[in-house]
Amino acid sequence: MMEQSPNGNGRAILEVKDLKKHFKVGRRASLKAVDGISLEIKEGETLGLVGESGCGKTTVGRVLVRLYEPSGGEVLFGGEDVHRARGNDAKILNRKMQMIFQDPQASLNPRMVVSDIVAEGIDIHGLAGSKKERLDRVHELLETVGLSKEHANRFPHEFSGGQRQRIGVARALAVEPEFIVADEPVSALDVSIQAQVINLMRQLQRDRDLTYLFISHDLSVVKYISDRVGVMYLGQLVELADSDELYANPLHPYTRALLSAVPVPDPDYESERERTVIAGDLPSPVNPPSGCRFRTRCPQAVEAAAHVDPPWREAKPGHWIQACPCFA
Amino acid sequence: MEMNGDNILEVRDLQISFSTYAGEVQAVRGVSFDLRRGETLAIVGESGSGKSVTAKSIMRLNPTANTIVRGGEILFGQEDLLKLGEKQMQNIRGPKIAMVFQDPMTSLDPTMKVGRQIIESLKKHLGMSGREASKRAEELLTLVGIPNAEERVKHYPHQFSGGMRQRVVIAIALACEPQILIADEPTTALDVTIQAQILDLLRELQEKIGTSVILITHDLGVVASVADRIAVMYAGKIVETGTVRETFYDPQMPYTWGLLASIPLPNADRSRDLIPIPGSPPDMSDPPKGCPFTARCPYAMRVCSTEFPEYTTFSAEHKAACWLHHPMAPNVEPPVRIGDAR
Amino acid sequence: METRYRELDPSLFESADIDVYEGERIAGPPVGFWRDAWIRLKKNRGALISLAVLVSVFATAFVIGPLISSQSPYTQDLAQRYLGPTSEFWFGTDKFGRDMWTRVWAGTRVSLYIGLLAALLDIFVGVVYGAVSGFLGGRVDDVLQRGIEILNGVPYLVIAILAMVVLDPGIITITIALAVTGWTYMARIVRGRMLQLKNQEFTLASRSLGANGFRLVWKHLIPNSLGLIVINLMFTIPAAIFAEAFLSFIGLGIQVPEASLGSLISDGADELRFHPYLLWLPAFVFSLLMICFNLLGDGLRDALDPKMRK
Repeated sequence: MMEQSPNGNGRAILEVKDLKKHFKVGRRASLKAVDGISLEIKEGETLGLVGESGCGKTTVGRVLVRLYEPSGGEVLFGGEDVHRARGNDAKILNRKMQMIFQDPQASLNPRMVVSDIVAEGIDIHGLAGSKKERLDRVHELLETVGLSKEHANRFPHEFSGGQRQRIGVARALAVEPEFIVADEPVSALDVSIQAQVINLMRQLQRDRDLTYLFISHDLSVVKYISDRVGVMYLGQLVELADSDELYANPLHPYTRALLSAVPVPDPDYESERERTVIAGDLPSPVNPPSGCRFRTRCPQAVEAAAHVDPPWREAKPGHWIQACPCFA
Repeated sequence: MEMNGDNILEVRDLQISFSTYAGEVQAVRGVSFDLRRGETLAIVGESGSGKSVTAKSIMRLNPTANTIVRGGEILFGQEDLLKLGEKQMQNIRGPKIAMVFQDPMTSLDPTMKVGRQIIESLKKHLGMSGREASKRAEELLTLVGIPNAEERVKHYPHQFSGGMRQRVVIAIALACEPQILIADEPTTALDVTIQAQILDLLRELQEKIGTSVILITHDLGVVASVADRIAVMYAGKIVETGTVRETFYDPQMPYTWGLLASIPLPNADRSRDLIPIPGSPPDMSDPPKGCPFTARCPYAMRVCSTEFPEYTTFSAEHKAACWLHHPMAPNVEPPVRIGDAR
Repeated sequence: METRYRELDPSLFESADIDVYEGERIAGPPVGFWRDAWIRLKKNRGALISLAVLVSVFATAFVIGPLISSQSPYTQDLAQRYLGPTSEFWFGTDKFGRDMWTRVWAGTRVSLYIGLLAALLDIFVGVVYGAVSGFLGGRVDDVLQRGIEILNGVPYLVIAILAMVVLDPGIITITIALAVTGWTYMARIVRGRMLQLKNQEFTLASRSLGANGFRLVWKHLIPNSLGLIVINLMFTIPAAIFAEAFLSFIGLGIQVPEASLGSLISDGADELRFHPYLLWLPAFVFSLLMICFNLLGDGLRDALDPKMRK
């Protein structure tokens, strides 16, 4: 149904098949945060996931890392269903798949010292034989992320936002993961600090062969850091392609509108460009439009769009879209 | 107290501090700028730069309990806004100078119908009758792009989406056709597609009503899209100011270079790392001596930490404060130029 | 467009060696939560004085008082009745000639015992109940919450009276009444905090690292609730003391010949006309206790309240 074949280079480390996550709201209604996503993430790549509020991208990230149980579909890591793992298998997955969170304020326990925060994974999985070994590993991790040994016995509130994010990265690295979901890791940071953390992440990827799922609403950042990018709208993927390809030749009207809406820090470019500003507001994820969900705001909407669930098709090699009737 | 005829607002050497339990925090340390009639001036900076405090100071909306005005003047018309009493300020806020804040959720009174919030302002400042004000409120909602205005006027804020609420906030702000509109991060909390709508709206309304706009933001893309001139703030001071074209294409201060170099442009070369600005902004309860950017500046010289440099003028509008422009300083080239990447 | 430049020493234009990491260094010793709170508490003079007073009251009631005085709170000496404060009887004597000093401190011991009991119940029953309810959520939470609602529905006065039907009125009945109802507020507060903290990103981070429930609660959730728990304790204690005093005052609590601040105040009230000291003295000690606990509680709330930080 919504399958996608690998591109040929690199095996898939993670497969997501028709993933759904619905939250109950009230008696009968349910919020369809994620409603049928299928994709593959290849070893060593960075897959970007973009979309605006309510598109479900954060929920996807949390389901992958097993913070939520899916309402439908499956997530396979190395061929194994991650949500069926129990006991020791589950523990292994905790090490292999890690997460970096968005809010530097809330993602670190304010009552814990930095070394305890960073070493939590080490403690849980018994990765250090002695107190000294534990401390050495903490120091090493802190230095890897650009902090220093003296920071180990400080408390989170003594650090700036950028530094706190680095501590979060160190925490994730402590268990030696293969795959990291980065959920808006730089959105809460000042622009000049964002670049620090982005560079750090890229370097870590090179040094440690990491695979990333990079979730963000900031298209410029996503384009820069990702190899391939998926665009989400109201719980579904509407387009997925190589980063350069997506930005050069966006096919889906929502992707086009999204790209068109992003202001670029280049005044002449801005004054010359033509913008397609889409009207209207985001429909409620509790009651999404039938058929093609974007049709209520789409500049080229056709009647047929309401009646047909648009199929997920490979329009060009490696370039997938939710093929709405308006394309025909 | 004379203002240049082109200027609608003149801020001179504004100095604002806050007394907190950790001591005195110097948020604004000698900021001067002009706002011309009909233009959009963007004040850009990161956290701790003092841009929001500057904007609120114009409206005298800083918390009275712990705000200390250490000096400066804000000239508007014949008055220095810093010297006016609260009653007089109330006559200015709304009809003469209006403000739009970042968070549309908290800017509107959740217990009051939206129409009433507009009508209040119209009745108080323009002396309109109930009927006139009602009609005008509907017109305003239509003007800001809210469909079905006659019905929507009777709705409560929670019945609007984020983008729509921001439009309502703009409608309230523009109700009395103020001379100046201060927008403090008006689109930061909104999705990108909604942001585009709101920015378009602001541009349109500005043309129609002829309001001068001060736009506070950290997003350089937004600046490039809507602003005429820009003032870059760092640690309570303005470090560079000029037209948008001048500042983006010919920046003259390492902080500006750093900002522009650290943003990934759409056609950035993905194989090259971004050029970040190392370190973090300074602690404003103990601001550094001299140029505040010294600790993070790759071009820092010994003179930089002794005193804040004079402004060097490059054109009618373009000024920057950096010791690198002193004739005795070495020549340096900025790391990246926006025009080159295109 | 000319900018005038001052002549400066050329050496000033040499490159300054900026160590960026210098900027990242954090000055001062690490300031933990409790240390920081203590610093803030110290600035609040009312709270500090209250703390000192409370400590002295505790010391006097349990240690110093009995040591100094050789009298017993029960010995009656009708020849010495109604003596005002003298050098032998520092607080005077009551209508049976009993030494008021020892009686007042005996009564204070009772009050402090009640306060301590309330605190212990809060911690061992209230916190645990609330933590389990909030952390597990779902059905367990529903059931436990209904339990609390039922308990809350019955006023503690009724329970005290019921207990007295079965047992003799006294310290035991008060203990029972408190044990049944006194901890519910704390349970609610802790539950609320758990619900809040459960969804915070640092909790999610721990979960994704593989932390089990116990670790989450013990290392993450409880430590972040301690501030709230301590503040609540500081207000539960005076409330319990007052509740006991009230019961004793209306005759449902401590009975003669035992003394409680409440019963002493009650007896004193009867003698107000001619022997006011019998009322003022226990009332003074009682008020002092209440005021100090409340001031300390306020001070702690200001010191521990996360919203007031930074």
